Amino acid sequence: MLTENKIKELEIHANDIRKSIISMLLEAKSGHTAGPLGMTDIFTLFYFEILKHDPNNPQWEERDRVVLSNGHICPVLYATMAHRGYFPVEELQTLRKFGSRLQGHPHREYLPFVDTSSGPLGSGLSQAAGMALADRMDNGINTRRFVYCFLSDGELNEGNAWEAVMLAGKYRLRNLIAVIDRNNIQIEGDTENVMPLEPLADKWRAFNWHVIEVSGHDFTALYQAVEEAQAVHEKPTVIIAHTIPGKGVKAFERDYKWHGKAPNKEEAEMAIKELQVNRPS
Amino acid sequence: MLNPKLKLNPKVFSEDVEQMPIRKGFGQGLVLAGVKNKNVVGLCADLTESTTMNLFAEKFPDRFVQVGVAEQNLATVASGMAAMGKIPFCSSYAMFSPGRNWEQIRTTIAYNDRKVIIVGSHSGISVGPDGGTHQALEDIGLMRMMPNMDVISPCDAIEAQKATVALAESSRPAYLRLVREKTPIITTEETPFEFGKSEIYWLPELGIAQVGIIVTGGLMHKALLAARDLEKEGIKTKVMNLAFVKPIDTEAIILLAKETGAIVTVEEHQIAGGVGSAVAEVLAQNVAVPIEFVGVKDVFGQSGTPEELIEHYGMGKNSIKKAVKIALARK
Repeated sequence: MLTENKIKELEIHANDIRKSIISMLLEAKSGHTAGPLGMTDIFTLFYFEILKHDPNNPQWEERDRVVLSNGHICPVLYATMAHRGYFPVEELQTLRKFGSRLQGHPHREYLPFVDTSSGPLGSGLSQAAGMALADRMDNGINTRRFVYCFLSDGELNEGNAWEAVMLAGKYRLRNLIAVIDRNNIQIEGDTENVMPLEPLADKWRAFNWHVIEVSGHDFTALYQAVEEAQAVHEKPTVIIAHTIPGKGVKAFERDYKWHGKAPNKEEAEMAIKELQVNRPS
Repeated sequence: MLNPKLKLNPKVFSEDVEQMPIRKGFGQGLVLAGVKNKNVVGLCADLTESTTMNLFAEKFPDRFVQVGVAEQNLATVASGMAAMGKIPFCSSYAMFSPGRNWEQIRTTIAYNDRKVIIVGSHSGISVGPDGGTHQALEDIGLMRMMPNMDVISPCDAIEAQKATVALAESSRPAYLRLVREKTPIITTEETPFEFGKSEIYWLPELGIAQVGIIVTGGLMHKALLAARDLEKEGIKTKVMNLAFVKPIDTEAIILLAKETGAIVTVEEHQIAGGVGSAVAEVLAQNVAVPIEFVGVKDVFGQSGTPEELIEHYGMGKNSIKKAVKIALARK
């Protein structure tokens, strides 16, 4: 259980991370806004409470593994890692710039802290499944190490994603936990118009996954969902996290037009002001 | 004559030369690699027997992953396993892997620097009766242009076995290109095999070679037959086995071109982008000599026996001889 104090702490971190996201996107002049803001609470919870990891020793062999499948939301990954101590927060301002470790989509060669490079959609879950399979080969079915895969709803249009869903079900990868950013938007509009995904939970159940649906902005519920997922035996778990794209900045929320663009100066100032006002004290 | 230093198969020109599919050398090599290193794992997309990965799967069932008919998953699951320290070999037909899953190989293996060995069996026109859909004629090009990716195309089953063992010990991702049909055994266990190095399999008994023939993969036997015929006709050649398309043996190719002054490349692949192109890239920058290309000329294949197809698409012994004569005339 998360204490009230802990929840407040997480809310403060999430608020700061959102401000960093806005400011790095403004500086970069390009990138994605809606997804990173929508996934901030989830990344905050994972990096500050759930993951077995060590920012001072990023290559620690026993760490949990994290696969960010939809690489385009990397501002939230970078910002959360920076705020968690992996690298200086100032470095976030180098996002998408020449020579930066913070490539437009994560590249392991530039930033070895990430477990995989990503960008082209639909391939993260199968890499995570491969990691989970390999870990089980070495450490057996009761391995205490988990592989977490963050993926978007839009990328479930990709066949590769469903190939991975099938394989993880077949091999009963209980050490694999997928978290879907169910924000209902993709580049060209609502997911249900572009290519309907519903009934999404039923689809995963049909492939032998344990399915949990939860709000992606409720720390307590998310934490419980992860605990439940870790306790499931003989099945991989998918947490379908219902999120609000652009969460935290009213003008950006639920508008698919913010999927793939960065805020301009006025928009960024407005967003940071709004976040500052709402920062828990 | 066959290069005496290389301890090649003395029966290579006999009617009863041993024959074995190149892909089988891979299957046997993977078992050896698996015995040597417990981290070697095998993944296959429902073609375990065809790619001969069944030998590994039977010996190491716990280290074998059947991904089903899903080549994109084949490559990406392998990438994930490599991230955890495994040495994955993933096999399918070349047309499907790297044919179908090229982007997954690029992003999650090459770009991501995860050492995975992509094993493409049933490459080339000699796939035969299955027809054009199953004849991978573009795979060398697709893979050699990819940064961080080695490309190996062995000339017989013994070399395929050695290549498999060597790839398990290499530090980079690689593409291993295999052929379905039985082909004559050209090398022996004693034939040298060094990573990234080519070898001269045939050379004149006396004097200097007039044309250098650079061969990759299963057409080596035909090239040797052509070289022997040509010698009888008074044309001296050297035949190079270029198993390593990448890293390419630049030095040896330049040396051969300087010595002979004319080059013929031989491959079961489109001329565009394949070994001919790779050799031309080296020579255009270093030593300008006439080059003739034996390979598929910008068309798709069709059904037929391997022999019929190799003849029809201009990769048989006579086509090689003709190319040598043209190259010679252009000097």
